[in-house]
Amino acid sequence: MNKITSTAALLLSMGIALPAAAQEDTIKVGILHSLSGTMAISESTLKDEMLMLIEEQNEKGGLLGKQLEPVVMDPASDWSLYAEQARDMLTGDDQVDVIFGNWTSASRKAVLPVVEEENGLLFYPVQYEGEESSENIFYTGAAPNQQAIPAVDYLMSQGVERWALLGTDYVYPRTTNKILEAYLKDHGVADDDIMVNYTPFGFSNWQSIVSEVKDFGSQGKKTAVVSTINGDANVPFYTELSNQGISASDIPVVAFSVGEQELSGIDTGPLVGHMAAWNYFMSVDSDANYDFIDNWVEYTGDDMAVTNDPMEAHYIGFNMWLEAVREAGTTDVDAVKNSIIGVTVPNLSGGSSAMMPNHHITKPVMIGEIQDDGQFSVVWETSGNVAGDAWSDYLPESQNLISDWRAPLRCGKLNVDTMTCEDGAGAE
Amino acid sequence: MTPTHATNVRPEGMTGSQAGFGFRHCLTVVAVLLAWLAIVSPVQAEVTPQRAQALLQALDTDDFDAKAEAAQAIAASDAAQKTRWLEALLDGRLGRERRGERFYIITDDSGREWPIIDAITFEDAGTGSRRSVDAFRINNALRTQLQGLIASLSLDEGDEATRLEAAKRLIGEVDAQSVDAVAAKLDDEESPAVRAEIDTALALYRVEQGDASALATLRGNLDTRVRNSLSTIAASDAPIAAEAGETLAGIESKRAWYERGQTLFFGLSAGSVLVLAAIGLAITFGVMGVINMAHGELIMLGAYTTWMIQQLLPGQPGLALLLAIPGGFLVAAAFGILIERSVIRFLKGRPLETLLATFGISLILQQLVRTVFSPLNRRVNSPDWLQGAWQINEALSLTLNRLGVLLFCLVVFAALWALMRYTRLGLEVRAVTQNRAMARSMGVRAARVDMLTFGLGAGVAGLAGVALSQITNVGPNLGQSYIVDSFLVVVFGGVGNLWGTLVAGMSLGVINQVLQPWVGAVLAKVIVLIGVILFIQKRPQGLFAPKGRTS
Repeated sequence: MNKITSTAALLLSMGIALPAAAQEDTIKVGILHSLSGTMAISESTLKDEMLMLIEEQNEKGGLLGKQLEPVVMDPASDWSLYAEQARDMLTGDDQVDVIFGNWTSASRKAVLPVVEEENGLLFYPVQYEGEESSENIFYTGAAPNQQAIPAVDYLMSQGVERWALLGTDYVYPRTTNKILEAYLKDHGVADDDIMVNYTPFGFSNWQSIVSEVKDFGSQGKKTAVVSTINGDANVPFYTELSNQGISASDIPVVAFSVGEQELSGIDTGPLVGHMAAWNYFMSVDSDANYDFIDNWVEYTGDDMAVTNDPMEAHYIGFNMWLEAVREAGTTDVDAVKNSIIGVTVPNLSGGSSAMMPNHHITKPVMIGEIQDDGQFSVVWETSGNVAGDAWSDYLPESQNLISDWRAPLRCGKLNVDTMTCEDGAGAE
Repeated sequence: MTPTHATNVRPEGMTGSQAGFGFRHCLTVVAVLLAWLAIVSPVQAEVTPQRAQALLQALDTDDFDAKAEAAQAIAASDAAQKTRWLEALLDGRLGRERRGERFYIITDDSGREWPIIDAITFEDAGTGSRRSVDAFRINNALRTQLQGLIASLSLDEGDEATRLEAAKRLIGEVDAQSVDAVAAKLDDEESPAVRAEIDTALALYRVEQGDASALATLRGNLDTRVRNSLSTIAASDAPIAAEAGETLAGIESKRAWYERGQTLFFGLSAGSVLVLAAIGLAITFGVMGVINMAHGELIMLGAYTTWMIQQLLPGQPGLALLLAIPGGFLVAAAFGILIERSVIRFLKGRPLETLLATFGISLILQQLVRTVFSPLNRRVNSPDWLQGAWQINEALSLTLNRLGVLLFCLVVFAALWALMRYTRLGLEVRAVTQNRAMARSMGVRAARVDMLTFGLGAGVAGLAGVALSQITNVGPNLGQSYIVDSFLVVVFGGVGNLWGTLVAGMSLGVINQVLQPWVGAVLAKVIVLIGVILFIQKRPQGLFAPKGRTS
């Protein structure tokens, strides 16, 4: 009897002790990317990349003497599920120290109140429409001034006078196009020379829109398409362009959501010369990039595996977080939030990126032209880094706003005219 | 930490290319013209390796204007290798050793290790990678120029297509300097197509100079450059403005007709996709009364079959596509029969439960594909004969993939209609639908007919998938985007009527395409949906009601 009790007690204590030990010995990194549903096409790669980065870091000895432990959840492309699972990660059994996740703006907007309420950290790796700043979110993707505006500047320098703004019908393209329209009009483009068109998600019936663009571009002025078309709809769009015989020398398309990953699904022969604007391309010439690609190919075991801009954003974000934790000496969220501002880490294009007080980062902006092997060749890039701007300077409602999360200001929405804080801890 | 505050960065390093666009284009045209007139006689001779090295060296710059000049210099040089260099440069396969002076041509740039050859001697140089070879970059302006240069270098062969291409470039580019040379060229030219283009180019020049008699040549010309020039002249106060306006009005009305034709084609082709997606459903839902929410996934299986057959037959997308037609049919039909045998036959007469069960099946099939293949879209290649467009004239062109789908849709419809009308299976299906008990008492094995009918409907969905693989993404979500539209078409057309499905699908396609330019794609879809709902309110049996006492 006694023996049985002691064994039971031993088992019981082991049962309690083991998870407790695991909790103390590892630092938990939440990965909140959809592995099923519509967004799986883009997001599942980022999950794999995070696992690779964590594995590499563990081989280097982990962080603060502890091993990193990934906590992977699958929000299944359901925006409200992102919020539920983020809450679960922060307050449930796992209690993660940081979350890397999300792709669409809709999912980010769903998670935002949760990370603010539970005081978590979220690193968001995708280019987005701006007009947002949260104390708990770090935006490692491009803000509009780090992607859309420089791309339009480049096209203007190439003599483009007429603009077709095509986008998928949701918040990112609509806000981006609003900013671009304001910007173009500031630069003397007439209303008649701007065409705006929105299509639903997954749209495939491009014939009449492409033919409209063709007509719009045949009025004797150099015309370009600025595309915020997202996801699946791009493949039929480009196929229709090439079938209707529109080449990049007639009407170039510059896209903000088309990268190496999206191109791996199509024959890029007819698309040569169409452009994309990003902060990173797989073809970027730097040793850091070549090493990253080699590791990625080895990790995935796929010789044709591609890398893209959101992957670089996670790479930067992950290294920034590591650095900030080292600096703070703890994974405590408030300490990391303070120490991460100003942290500078190498990016993959050969330079380095810094975390700004507005929780956006600095990176170079590049324009790449599509090649027949599905890669981009960089034809232009900014001479230095561009700092992400949370609140666009080209929209009347946000041109007076800035964001600065450093103490004592700690404000995500500061009106510089009235010096009042409209959102953030500093508002109280 | 001093982060760079550069929120409004203007492009640098591209200065001068504003002017470069038009200027370089002119240069190209002049180059083409000169080569054509055989004023330049390219003497193909060996140049010294030093000279070749110098020519290539000039390309090694980040300034695209300097690169353009270097390419021009290569084209004008005597180097025997020049065509190959320019072609490699155009393809992004001409590069330089990163830590050395040698230049290479990459013979195959797929994968990560490339076979390379020496650019000057064309001798094998082993393999290179992105770490060791720095390929020269080109941009759009340079690409256009290179195409012109290569075209002019190959003009010696001077086949008709090349000459036609060169002649087309001349429209709107003829000026006082080149007009006599172009006119002289007209006399030598024998091909009527090329002559017509040169005529147009000359006439446009003369009209721009104020010669009203040349307008006759331009009457009814659909070239956009002609239209743009004429509208500029018509809007100006030139003496021939009124006459130019008349010619322009003629051109515009001709274009308008072709544009209507094009909209009709767009509508029919959009409609044919709807018909293809819906026609399998017209059989399972319309004839058998089974609400099959997994119909879209059967379409997806057809598309994946196409992809798999293409994987088995690399390099032969055309043959693979033809084989996929029976393949897609059989795979989808097999799954359909499996679903019918294992689930649907137990739920006969319980539509709500059938709906939920088949919805579950659709999710299972989607996740199955995600697990077995991957969540990523698969790339299905189009054979050459389904790429590009059938250019009828400047204003009207029919894209071949859409045309193919339209024809395929009609063939499938005709075959299905004949099957239902003339075969024993068709007869039995119609008998079971009209009166199940009576048919059974006449010796028709109703359960077997159910199974075959469902298999047929599923197989046709598979055929739709084969066709859709040519115009949209092949991925796990393919089916979802078509299921609602398919039900819409079947209900609108009249349940149980194949003709109804055809007419409904085609008319919804055309209405959608007519509305789209006015209200945009999103609103056009909403309007169509509301229209169908209102129509069903007025006429619940749909466009074509089944005849007989059942209705």
